[in-house]
Amino acid sequence: MTDYDVIVVGGGPAGSMAAEAAAKGGAKTLMLEKDRDIGYPVRCGEGVGAAGLRKFIEPDPKWIATTISKVRMRSPDNTQVDFGLANAGYVLHRRLFDYELANRAGQAGAEIQTRAYVDGLIMENDAVCGVKYQYMGEQRSLRAKLVIAADGVESRVGRMAGMRTATKLKDMDSGYQATVGNIDVDQEMIDFYNGDVWAPGGYLWIFPKGDGMANIGLGVNGKYAHECHPHDMIHGFLDKYFPKARILTSVCGGIPVAKTLKLITSNGLMLTGDAARMVNPVTGGGIITGMVGGQLAGQVAAESIQSGDVTVSGMADYPKRWHKAEGKGHEAFYRIAQGIAEITDDQLNKIAHRLVKTPSDKLSLLKIFTAVAREKPGILLDVTRAFAGV
Amino acid sequence: MILVKDNRCDFCGTCVAVCPVDAIELREADISIIHDTCIDCDICVWVCPIKVLSSDKPEEVKND
Repeated sequence: MTDYDVIVVGGGPAGSMAAEAAAKGGAKTLMLEKDRDIGYPVRCGEGVGAAGLRKFIEPDPKWIATTISKVRMRSPDNTQVDFGLANAGYVLHRRLFDYELANRAGQAGAEIQTRAYVDGLIMENDAVCGVKYQYMGEQRSLRAKLVIAADGVESRVGRMAGMRTATKLKDMDSGYQATVGNIDVDQEMIDFYNGDVWAPGGYLWIFPKGDGMANIGLGVNGKYAHECHPHDMIHGFLDKYFPKARILTSVCGGIPVAKTLKLITSNGLMLTGDAARMVNPVTGGGIITGMVGGQLAGQVAAESIQSGDVTVSGMADYPKRWHKAEGKGHEAFYRIAQGIAEITDDQLNKIAHRLVKTPSDKLSLLKIFTAVAREKPGILLDVTRAFAGV
Repeated sequence: MILVKDNRCDFCGTCVAVCPVDAIELREADISIIHDTCIDCDICVWVCPIKVLSSDKPEEVKND
């Protein structure tokens, strides 16, 4: 006997989308969240593209902090290249957004439990058959036909089933972000600081959050994190450029800038979102891609339960659909990220000096890539591949 | 041996994600190193965004 058809571990965007899709597909579903709150703490820059978001949910002013129409790219010598976004973006209030997604999962019929820390799996005949977890100091276990691990960057549930989820240091960015107030930044613009001088192997971002507030964060490649110390770099940056900014919240976190794991299923188990490394390796963005992956996982979970086959082969549609939707593109983005990492600060300055001569209404992402390609021709093929989806 | 500095961890899980032997336990506000499993590779020390983890290895060993 099983207690549930599907147990989802983790209540972030990927987990909630999985729980909602599974419940809608007719599966008796439970979602477990280890923290006492869904959506908190927010370890995220909170930026999303409008088009990607609209595929899942109609934007609601309740959880949208700002609407973004402009981008500023800064070079290491602080040359500023501004351009408009063809497709608008948003900076979210993740705390409320995550609530909304979990609420939708609940409305679709999924049960939810917070403060539930999964610390083991029920394994039988090389298949996952449920979870062991702690709730308020009490050890519990529940049987399920299928477990979906949406447990974030840590991705321990997969390891409990013997999967290899550990990320290499070079494929992990080490991040730190302060949400600050008393800051005067353009509320319609996201601002990126590129180059090793700002964030070795990564970038620094300013995302406006409305009411004179902003998320100011950076990710540095794992290889450099110990020397560069993300916490010190953000504090140094604020002291120098925004001495009047007041820190309201600060968080740290890891951003997996890896390719999606080769295996995202095991018998009775699916991995999704950050846990499956579904983050875009160039931008470090993982909200929408996590929602894509989570929804696919939930849909295939419900289908596999109906057909009575939750083995790796019975769930083969999940990795197949992910690969088609985003996975293939991510592999190209991963190659682009490796190419970008090789561009020196001098080269970035040269590119910016060239671009800054173009009026901003004539600039686009494509123009920027073309300018990058002039400096570093090898990257062109990867970019073409990424956009052609091959 | 990997050491955790008391009261400073943000419990973000970055160290857990890169640990090759799954030797770090992390809950809502509790972190511990499983020393029997740990292989002292120091990757967690390197990746930590706020230098909460440190190694007690002497410098000359670290540089090998």
